[in-house]
Amino acid sequence: MFNHKHLLTIDDLSREDIMCVLEHAQMFEEVNNRPIKKLPTLRGKTICNLFLEPSTRTRGSFELAEKRLSCDSLNAGGSASSTVKGESLIDTVKTLTSMKVDMFIVRHKYAGTPALVAQNTTASVIDAGDGKHEHPTQALLDLYTIWKAKGSFDGLKVGIVGDIAHSRVAGSLVPALKKMGAEVTLIAPATLLPARPDVLGADRVTPHFDEVLPDLDVVYMLRIQMERIEEAPFPSLREYNLLYGLTEARDKSMKEDAIICHPGPINRGVELDSYMADSSRSVIVDQVFSGVCVRMALIYLLLGGAQNEVSHKKCASN
Amino acid sequence: MKSLIKNVRAIDPAVSLDQVCDVLIEDGVIKEVGQSLTCDDAEILDRRGHVLIPGLVDAHVHLRDPGLEYKETIATGTKAAAHGGFTGVCSMPNTKPTTDNAAVIDYVLESAEKAHYCRVYPSGACTVGLKGEALAEIGSMVEHGAVAFTDDGRGVQSAGMMRRVMDYVKMFDKVVMSHCQDESLVGAGQVNEGVASTRLGLAGWPAAGEEIQIQRDIALSELTDCPIHIQHLTTRRGIELVQEGKKRGIKVTCEVTPHHLILCEDDIDSSYNTNLKMNPPLRTKDDNQALIDAVKDGTVDCIVTDHAPHALHEKSREFELAPFGMTGIETSLGCVLTYLVRPGHIDYNRMVELMAINPRTILRVPQVRIEPGSVADLTIFNPEEKWTVTEDDMCSKSKNSGFLGYSLVGKATDAMVGGTLTMKEGKVIG
Amino acid sequence: MNDDNQQESVVMDEGEIQRTLVRIAHQILEHNKGCENLCLVGIVTRGDVLAKHLASIIEEIEGVKPEVGSLDISFYRDDAVINLAPIVQGTNILFSLDGKTVVLVDDVLYTGRTIRAALDALMDFGRPSRIQLAVLVDRGHRELPIRADFVGKNVPSASNESVRLYLKEIDDESAVKISKVKPGQRVGSAPVKRGR
Repeated sequence: MFNHKHLLTIDDLSREDIMCVLEHAQMFEEVNNRPIKKLPTLRGKTICNLFLEPSTRTRGSFELAEKRLSCDSLNAGGSASSTVKGESLIDTVKTLTSMKVDMFIVRHKYAGTPALVAQNTTASVIDAGDGKHEHPTQALLDLYTIWKAKGSFDGLKVGIVGDIAHSRVAGSLVPALKKMGAEVTLIAPATLLPARPDVLGADRVTPHFDEVLPDLDVVYMLRIQMERIEEAPFPSLREYNLLYGLTEARDKSMKEDAIICHPGPINRGVELDSYMADSSRSVIVDQVFSGVCVRMALIYLLLGGAQNEVSHKKCASN
Repeated sequence: MKSLIKNVRAIDPAVSLDQVCDVLIEDGVIKEVGQSLTCDDAEILDRRGHVLIPGLVDAHVHLRDPGLEYKETIATGTKAAAHGGFTGVCSMPNTKPTTDNAAVIDYVLESAEKAHYCRVYPSGACTVGLKGEALAEIGSMVEHGAVAFTDDGRGVQSAGMMRRVMDYVKMFDKVVMSHCQDESLVGAGQVNEGVASTRLGLAGWPAAGEEIQIQRDIALSELTDCPIHIQHLTTRRGIELVQEGKKRGIKVTCEVTPHHLILCEDDIDSSYNTNLKMNPPLRTKDDNQALIDAVKDGTVDCIVTDHAPHALHEKSREFELAPFGMTGIETSLGCVLTYLVRPGHIDYNRMVELMAINPRTILRVPQVRIEPGSVADLTIFNPEEKWTVTEDDMCSKSKNSGFLGYSLVGKATDAMVGGTLTMKEGKVIG
Repeated sequence: MNDDNQQESVVMDEGEIQRTLVRIAHQILEHNKGCENLCLVGIVTRGDVLAKHLASIIEEIEGVKPEVGSLDISFYRDDAVINLAPIVQGTNILFSLDGKTVVLVDDVLYTGRTIRAALDALMDFGRPSRIQLAVLVDRGHRELPIRADFVGKNVPSASNESVRLYLKEIDDESAVKISKVKPGQRVGSAPVKRGR
């Protein structure tokens, strides 16, 4: 039974809920492959994309998902928004809510913002990335991509490489993978690890990429955020690439059927060499496509899911 | 004006008093303590079942006045203090302008006198504008009534500057109160570094960021012989450092707050309650236990609230943008009674030491005793009153308490400052 | 979850269903003069099974098996938001509909809303030259101007009754049953049992 109003953290979803999302994403994948990629399903529903920090890919993915479900969307946030003029976020949310918005998609550089929005609106809320906290829709699209490539999560060995400390992607992906039965190794210099990686649920933490690489089924490369370089968590991009970059040289030590994921945008030559990013192992483009399918599924499930008991009985019988 | 408190259990460990008796107050001082006292022209306060103790003093309170009156004023802050059962508070200097000169000390004292809810013992800044760069006019502030010196809210970052402050303050027989926070380690820290910072995706505020400066300031106290008081201590290691210092005979004292004793990082859940955003942050359950043990064994000298009022619009926002701190002066006694006295961690005598006697010793202000001749700064509480912390029941201008919704047992009913009732039967007078 | 304690009566048994399908198959072939350019699309979750049966029968008669697809109309329902049914089965049409004669197959024709949604859905897959509708049972109570081209059996019913098809492939038995609707119970296809 998928009975949720919001998606604020991956913790809200059970293993069954996640499977429900993935199975629905598969339905929407079929729609996205049609010449006419549009469904009338959510005609008359209004979704506000409240993006308070810059985002191209996540926002575009959500907008397409909304449009393909026939929702009306409203883009708030950005440099012209009232928050820039000094309005508090709560006032912005209350104002938009009074315009009868059915759902907020919230992206902000501060952790916990989607929870704050949910506390101040009657609409549904999806966390589209909050500070260093979580990015649950990214985790779900990653799961979908991995599921399609690998067929199952049980015992799957996933390595997440890079800036775990500042990564909201890891914040959602690690618990999500654990929930689905995968084995997660975090690979990062100590300067880019959170204080307690065990809290995320990782099975193993190591600074030595080459020791674990041959065991991995999925190599998930995180983006090095250039704005972090000022904090000097490592000596140079060159040294980072040497120790943690997925280089052509490392290709040989990878499992034959290992795949490469990256949430994008890629810093080619830093965390990921072009040869690897464009290789047949790479599912990075699939991840982007999965994003639209998974977000359509989530919007569909959240906007209808909690409202009708009969539909839930039916879902439960699935 | 005379008052006669009847049938009250009077407790004052300083004079080894713990008995049900009557207390007669006349002309601002205690006239008589005894059985079956009578006085025809006195206001009679029958307080059977209640407890009378020397007036509570909170050595760490942000009154926000001058400059930040939208959060709290001296009038509302001291009214809240009276409502919480306090007869004196030590105000912090991080006002606007900073309380770093005699004029602001005068302003604070005059405003407090006018409001007349409780005594205010102002502390002054150690450095001009709390910037850590130049000594404030400490001598002149002492002359005008400053009782202690602190750069609370930030701490003095440079060890060299701190040494200068301590050398200088020592001359006036005053205490330096230290907010321990190494900015290079703490940075933009929001919550305890560890489980909470990882779980919530917030920048960590490491325990070491506090402990390093505790260690430094104890060393500087040894070097300068200036008394040092460690403010709002939060960690097990911090307690050990103070213990070691005391053992070595260094003039170090310390305080803890009810919220650091009772709440921990686990209380900050995915709802991101900004009322639990504190500086220093809520630590671990283990730290709670270490602090409680230290309260019991005497390492902790006093319990203070770090009462930090913030307006609703400042707290109702993104966690990372909300200011640090919570109010506490109206819940302090209830929290201590509920979480320390009731479970048997401490008795009433120890509570009086922690909340009435030791704060006065540290602030070097006159003691109050329940004996004839003493100034009548007194607190009466009902140890059995059950109540729930609500915004409506607060006199403070701000309602940012992390204890909202908590059920407490034990509440101040009356407070008297210099023989004048400031609160009677739970209602603040004036 | 089935209405075991309900008063149910069987209006078509397995044999009658089979004979009716054979008749409908003949009618389809007669009407379209053979099965050239013909395809069948069944509406999940029972229309698609019926469509497969019909295709097999047509194959027996004509020696050629028409293409068969299945159509999930969940995303096209006019009550999708208020009565969301997240048990989406998925659509499976692996051939082009352009220029085809599509026979849409459903189990029970009732208000016509399902067919309306199915027509919308089909249009998103291509441009059939014509669409015909075959149903096993027509129970009346139309709310939209929709009429079936091929009807297995007309079953007069009251609006407080439910008429449901059960199929061996899904429900372990094949029958059309009519029963009183309990207050609050959903009218429409029988729920699919867990594990299917």
